[in-house]
Amino acid sequence: MKEFNTSTKEIGDVNVVYLNGFLDAHTAPVLEDSFSSLVKQNKYKLVVNLKGLDYISSAGLGVFMAFIEKMRENNGDIKLTSMNEKVFNIFDLLGFPLLYEIFDNEEAAVKKFSGDKLEK
Amino acid sequence: MNNNLNINENRLIVKSSTANLITIRKFINIKAKSYGFSSNEIEDIVLAVDEACTNIIEHSYHSKPNLDIEISVSFSKNNFVIRIIDYGETFESRSIKELNLELYHKQRRVGGLGMYLMKSLMDDVRYTSVKNRYNQVLLTKKLAH
Repeated sequence: MKEFNTSTKEIGDVNVVYLNGFLDAHTAPVLEDSFSSLVKQNKYKLVVNLKGLDYISSAGLGVFMAFIEKMRENNGDIKLTSMNEKVFNIFDLLGFPLLYEIFDNEEAAVKKFSGDKLEK
Repeated sequence: MNNNLNINENRLIVKSSTANLITIRKFINIKAKSYGFSSNEIEDIVLAVDEACTNIIEHSYHSKPNLDIEISVSFSKNNFVIRIIDYGETFESRSIKELNLELYHKQRRVGGLGMYLMKSLMDDVRYTSVKNRYNQVLLTKKLAH
């Protein structure tokens, strides 16, 4: 089994973070480091693409919870996209769709940030 | 990581490192499959056991990586029972009936999410503690036919 890694891509002022593999208590620090590094660079508009994520436990969900306020306080957000059904079911079970915007595809999530800007 | 996973054994003893969660998940996956659970059910069981073991590592052993976690499985009367034992700090069984996500979100009470998931995904979750001796979690999933 592969473990876990992330990669990022910049689209304008939005950073897309791709998650791959298995996100558990062992690998959650990798995602924490990735988010921390973006925060240090004052990058607060994140789209997290979960297409390559095979597994998530509460330790992984906790990373999203730990960073969401920081992003929103700085006019940013964490928007989620492209998660598979089983990963979505776990997010859904914990009521995350009430707190996070979840999109079917990456483009729509990225566009939502520019839409947010136009509304202001 | 323990690579010598004997699928004929009904018991797995691993050290309390989060690096071993992957071995634990593999063991439970093989066992649940052998008892005839569907892939969705297997995923639920695997996640619940991961959450139980993560809680043990963090709260019972305070993230010390070299202590024992003993997992044994049994199957009778369509009940798959996973018994997990640790020898760390006694924990209180926390009863979480309603999850207030807003509150969790604010307080970052991630441990509580794990407990909530276990209770949601399994048919029964039972904690017992014998002070200064051991803690035991019994997770039960019924095989529906």
